[in-house]
Amino acid sequence: MSEHYDVAIIGAGMSGLAAGIRAAHFGKKAIILEQHNAPGGLNSFYAKDGRKYDVGLHAMTNFVPAKERRAIFNKLLRQLRIDRAELDLIEQKSSRVAFPGVNLRFGNDEALLEAEVERLFPGQIDGFVRLSVAIRNYPDLDLNQPYHSTRKWIKQFVTDPLLEEMIFCPLMYYGSAVEDDMDVGQFVIMFRSIFHEGLARPAEGIRLLIRVVLDRYRKLGGIRKMKTGVKQLIAEDGKISRIVLQDGSEVTADVVLSCAGLPETYALVDPSLVPDESNQAGKLSFSETIAVYNSLPETWGWGDDTIVFFNNAERFSYRNPADPIDLRSGVICLPNNFEFGDRPLKEGLVRVTCLASHDNWCGYSDEEYEKAKTDWFERIQKSILPMMPPSTREYAGDLVATDMFTPRTVKKFTRRARGAIYGSPEKVKDGRTSWDNLFLCGTDQGYLGIVGSMLSGVVMANEHVLKG
Amino acid sequence: MTKDECKQVVLDIIAEIAPDEDLSDVKGEVALREQLDLDSMDFLDIVMELRKQHSIEVPEADYVQLASLDSCAEYLTPKFNALV
Repeated sequence: MSEHYDVAIIGAGMSGLAAGIRAAHFGKKAIILEQHNAPGGLNSFYAKDGRKYDVGLHAMTNFVPAKERRAIFNKLLRQLRIDRAELDLIEQKSSRVAFPGVNLRFGNDEALLEAEVERLFPGQIDGFVRLSVAIRNYPDLDLNQPYHSTRKWIKQFVTDPLLEEMIFCPLMYYGSAVEDDMDVGQFVIMFRSIFHEGLARPAEGIRLLIRVVLDRYRKLGGIRKMKTGVKQLIAEDGKISRIVLQDGSEVTADVVLSCAGLPETYALVDPSLVPDESNQAGKLSFSETIAVYNSLPETWGWGDDTIVFFNNAERFSYRNPADPIDLRSGVICLPNNFEFGDRPLKEGLVRVTCLASHDNWCGYSDEEYEKAKTDWFERIQKSILPMMPPSTREYAGDLVATDMFTPRTVKKFTRRARGAIYGSPEKVKDGRTSWDNLFLCGTDQGYLGIVGSMLSGVVMANEHVLKG
Repeated sequence: MTKDECKQVVLDIIAEIAPDEDLSDVKGEVALREQLDLDSMDFLDIVMELRKQHSIEVPEADYVQLASLDSCAEYLTPKFNALV
């Protein structure tokens, strides 16, 4: 006899945990099924050689002061009944969009970006201010908006192609599943969350956030099964009647929320529904290098950059590359360069994210893969040198540990088709699927990033578990 | 239950949902949304907490009845009294 739940949630990532909290708080019997042994999904953590690493987290977006009660971050914490103080948030210093010969800085005070646009693009400032106002007034949380191209929309405000690319660069890297464009709704969300609001991190990193969220779920009586992958969703009469787990056992639930992704979820019902995973799966995947140093970036003369979004090419390209890694653009994150004050991190960290080709990395034999990782690690480290202050370029001797993830790593641990971190370019904003009681939640529902995915969990649980 | 007691129940729920709000001077006749930073997600929470804490059901069509403290009291007090 299989156990029955009010709601079964596939995946203990940020969206699944948030959905679980909402359901459990209101007395629903909830179970979260997670194939991996660590929670967090695309935002997780691991230890290697005794050192703790975060996956995914550069910074949390949407940072606002606690008093801004209408801001999405504070609303989210309210919905989850989480006390903000528990997250021990530390703000960024400032960040930079670095294109050939031009550096556009921004910080948690949005006035900095406006001043920078006025300084560097004096003819564009009026349009930029109008863009900023239009974004502030854009209706939010509309689950029925169809896709609109931002490339077309933005030209009524910004006419200098360089400024356009420099605005797109960080917003695409932090949350676009679409190549070289974004849905206007998604663009607005990302613009608000990075430029109007800002960046911060829990002092201890993603572990702290996951611990807070998990504790909340557990205290509410929510059930969580780790190392419990879902093998199949059985559909009968237009509904999911049973959930078959990897070990062959089954559970049943009134509502199933799947955080597995759009093509991944359909494939759980019937693999023949997704004949070619490249169809719905996202095309964009990434690699990240992590270099650990026994000295801190301030001793290298790095300055205040927390995150540098860089592009060296004549034209910024946000596409699946032909080469294993596209070295022309990327994101450099210095986790040390947040406002840690008198409690700095013990070691220096440099993380570099670049676009990477799923087909290359997943096509290698194990031996080729290890060799490619070593080669590309070196090439990435060299390629970022021009973006760094000259005095920082002589610290290679301080390197104590390295790690690197690739699309192959993402696919292995998250099962995302094509290792596509931001999922399918096609988002299902109302979460509905072909089956009455199966809903999407998380990346392919539409809200991206750590805050976005938790919001997705909340909104989908409200709509499909609580209101129903 | 009196209407004033009913208003206090609603205020207690709002205090739980939005602990940062100052609830010392909420006017009964003015819409809650105009006095407090509450949005549709918060109103859903008021409904859900009423169900969870007091077994009061508010169908979606009746959410508008919760607009102000006075309208909450009008609408909810009979529901509370019907429970006993």
